[in-house]
Amino acid sequence: MEQAPLLSVRDLTMRFGSLLANDKVSFDVEKGQIVALIGPNGAGKTTCFSCLSGFYAPTSGKVRFDGHDTTGMKPYHTCRLGMTRTFQVVKTMGDMTVEENVLIGAFLRHPDMSTAKARAKEAMEATGMLHLAGKFGKSLTIADRKRLEITRALATEPKLLMLDETMAGLNPTETREAMDLCLKLKGRGITLIIVEHVMEAIMPISDKAIVLDSGRKIAEGRPSDIVRDEVVIKAYLGENYNAKS
Amino acid sequence: MNSGWKIQRGPLIAAAAVMGLLPLLTSNVNLQHILILLVMYAGLGEAWNIVTGLAGQTSFGHSAFFGIGAYAAAVAYWKYGASPWIGMAVGSLIAAAVAAAISYPVFRLEGKYFSIATLAFGEIVLQIFKSWDYVDGATGIIIPVAPASLLNFQFHGLKIPYFYIAYAIFLVSLVTFLAVERSRFGLYLKAIKNNQDAAMSLGINPAKYKLMSMVVSAAITALFGSFYAQYILYIDPFMVFSLDLSLKIVLLTVLGGLGSVWGPILGSALLIPLSEYTRISMGGTGKGIDLMVFGLLIMLVTSFRPKGIVGMLTARPRAAKGGA
Amino acid sequence: MLFLLPQMVASGLMLGFVYALVAVGLSLIWGVMDIINFAYGEFLMLGMYSTFWFFSLFRMDPLFSLPIQAMVVFLLGFVVYKLLIKRVVDVPGLSALLATFGLRIFLRNLAQFLWTPDYRFINEAIVADRKIMLFDGMLILGMPQLVAALGSILMTLAVFYFIQKTRMGRAIQATSMDKDAARLMGIDTEKVYSLTFGIAGACVGVAAALLASFYPIYPEAGSIYGLIALVIVALGGFGNIKGALYSGVIIGLTESIGGFFLGAEFKYALIFLIYLVVLQFRPKGLFGW
Repeated sequence: MEQAPLLSVRDLTMRFGSLLANDKVSFDVEKGQIVALIGPNGAGKTTCFSCLSGFYAPTSGKVRFDGHDTTGMKPYHTCRLGMTRTFQVVKTMGDMTVEENVLIGAFLRHPDMSTAKARAKEAMEATGMLHLAGKFGKSLTIADRKRLEITRALATEPKLLMLDETMAGLNPTETREAMDLCLKLKGRGITLIIVEHVMEAIMPISDKAIVLDSGRKIAEGRPSDIVRDEVVIKAYLGENYNAKS
Repeated sequence: MNSGWKIQRGPLIAAAAVMGLLPLLTSNVNLQHILILLVMYAGLGEAWNIVTGLAGQTSFGHSAFFGIGAYAAAVAYWKYGASPWIGMAVGSLIAAAVAAAISYPVFRLEGKYFSIATLAFGEIVLQIFKSWDYVDGATGIIIPVAPASLLNFQFHGLKIPYFYIAYAIFLVSLVTFLAVERSRFGLYLKAIKNNQDAAMSLGINPAKYKLMSMVVSAAITALFGSFYAQYILYIDPFMVFSLDLSLKIVLLTVLGGLGSVWGPILGSALLIPLSEYTRISMGGTGKGIDLMVFGLLIMLVTSFRPKGIVGMLTARPRAAKGGA
Repeated sequence: MLFLLPQMVASGLMLGFVYALVAVGLSLIWGVMDIINFAYGEFLMLGMYSTFWFFSLFRMDPLFSLPIQAMVVFLLGFVVYKLLIKRVVDVPGLSALLATFGLRIFLRNLAQFLWTPDYRFINEAIVADRKIMLFDGMLILGMPQLVAALGSILMTLAVFYFIQKTRMGRAIQATSMDKDAARLMGIDTEKVYSLTFGIAGACVGVAAALLASFYPIYPEAGSIYGLIALVIVALGGFGNIKGALYSGVIIGLTESIGGFFLGAEFKYALIFLIYLVVLQFRPKGLFGW
């Protein structure tokens, strides 16, 4: 018997006044996949994340996650069900230490202080942040802040992790570390949806790519096929370029 | 996080102990009165700090809870002959209920809109009590004198018993603040204060925790109100529901250091002796000179020490900080 | 009962225009300097006392001493800025607001010290006891209230003209939108701040002169107006001067109509309640963004 997809999005539409940010977007994400959500600026990728995670209530459409109808559910509910997101502009808790930041995530499944601390420690070890545990959020570099964002999300023990432009602004070494981290998370059984612009970082590790443009899904498929897709290339580069085979 | 607590614990216990013993060292009634008010305001500040220092939303309406406590204790004895302690318990519950009720509408607002909402709430309560026959409106309530006893919550001329009741409530307030600060609840509040969206994305329902902070804060604040009614034996809406009372609590906490357990203690220790001393020495004429001086003092202190005493003491030299 | 509605609306509007003037001044301070001025009502009170003394000592009717009161309270605002507000204006946190709290206590008790808590009245002002009757007596407009409303409208228009048409006014607007950008553009923020505080004072000085004709004057007189002004400004939306204007009128109407139905003792409670209710639907004020 075929397993139902972990996340199922049908006709997701988000309208802000006269602006149609997401237009009947539909896709599935299978358990254990890394899915890339790409598209030119303003395509509606972050809006899509916000709708899925509950920061916006979609104008219409349906979201099914892990057997539940989560359409319009608040972020703290979707998180509890196993869907955690990070933010494009990192939302570090600046006046709290790295450990405290991660603890907040760990508390979700472990209200008890000592168990939560142990879990937080594990999460920091997994992402290589343990040595920074005592540093305050506001004193971290941007790369570390992004890593903290992932660590925090990891501590909530998610089934689905939605990363929003985690690789932006990283140097090549940091990018490679981030890619390795994503694969490591996949290895732990976490499903990932990653919004990204840095193609070299995201395509090699993804099982599937979904392309949005101007609020609509214009392509979906294997990364190797997507990069050759004429419609996708046109969306990114405009009419004048052709695919090179 | 923990190391800070260990460093604090010793001096904090010492300070609390000293505060507890001070009234025994003097027989001057005025000094004892000052100490009573000192612990009361310090306790009010700790309670207020749970909402503002920890959750990060500045309340200008806490006198509403104070007044509810005051009236509950007063009405209990004056109208029903019941022990003011029962009034105190009821007052605390009512304050908590009111806090829960206004929490949802008010916490939806941000920053200054929230603060003005708490101010508006405080004023509404004042206006209601001003015109409410059940409590004799603007006339206020004179609590009848009863035989001195703990049950009657009256000790006539003796200040010491009053002090230790206020001190006990102060300890409740202090311990509650510390317990909240170091707990998951407190960290959640801190997270909400730092970045509410991030907190939500990690499973925190901000409304729920802010409500809890307001309820706890209100319940303790009401206790002090009940105490105050019994101490003064006369209350009216303008005394116990005043904006100036709310702002005084804000002032001494900010002076001492917002968000720190030491804040209300240090701020109170600085401000209350000053304000009471000016009142005792200059207030007799009724011309308001004492309050003029008090106002001047506030202006002076706020313009020269904006970061509060704790800010002053914990400022580290720039070189020691780990990056911008 | 409904035939009384026009009268209530008229009274409410007249009151509302005075509220609007007061709120506009406060909104300027809030918008430009991000300070809640808790002493604003006390500025009004001092303006009223000044009007009273000009009347008592120099036999100057409030209407004639009005320009002087505008200048007196302008100066008060200016001086308060230079001596106090300047030190706390750009400090993050609650210091500025608490400084105005200290000022509030100081000014209120200064008035009490200088002039006792006794109520003062300006008897026999030019406009006192006169009325205009319209529509066969269905609408009775008290002259003092009418003059106060008209005077407030004029002053408010003057302020708007200044803000929108003069160079200094536009500098004020720029500073209120983005203080750092304004500074980078070469705007002298010190000048803007002190002028703003002064203009706010002038607004309240005009309102004071207008109100003194028919309101009692005593140390606590300004207190409730200061609070109502705060609520009006927040209701209109922080930083939105036009919003403060509209909200002032709305609140005037609320007080008049609400006061009629609920009784005079609850009219202020109603104002504060309106704020709480409206903000549920418009969390950034009626006209805020």
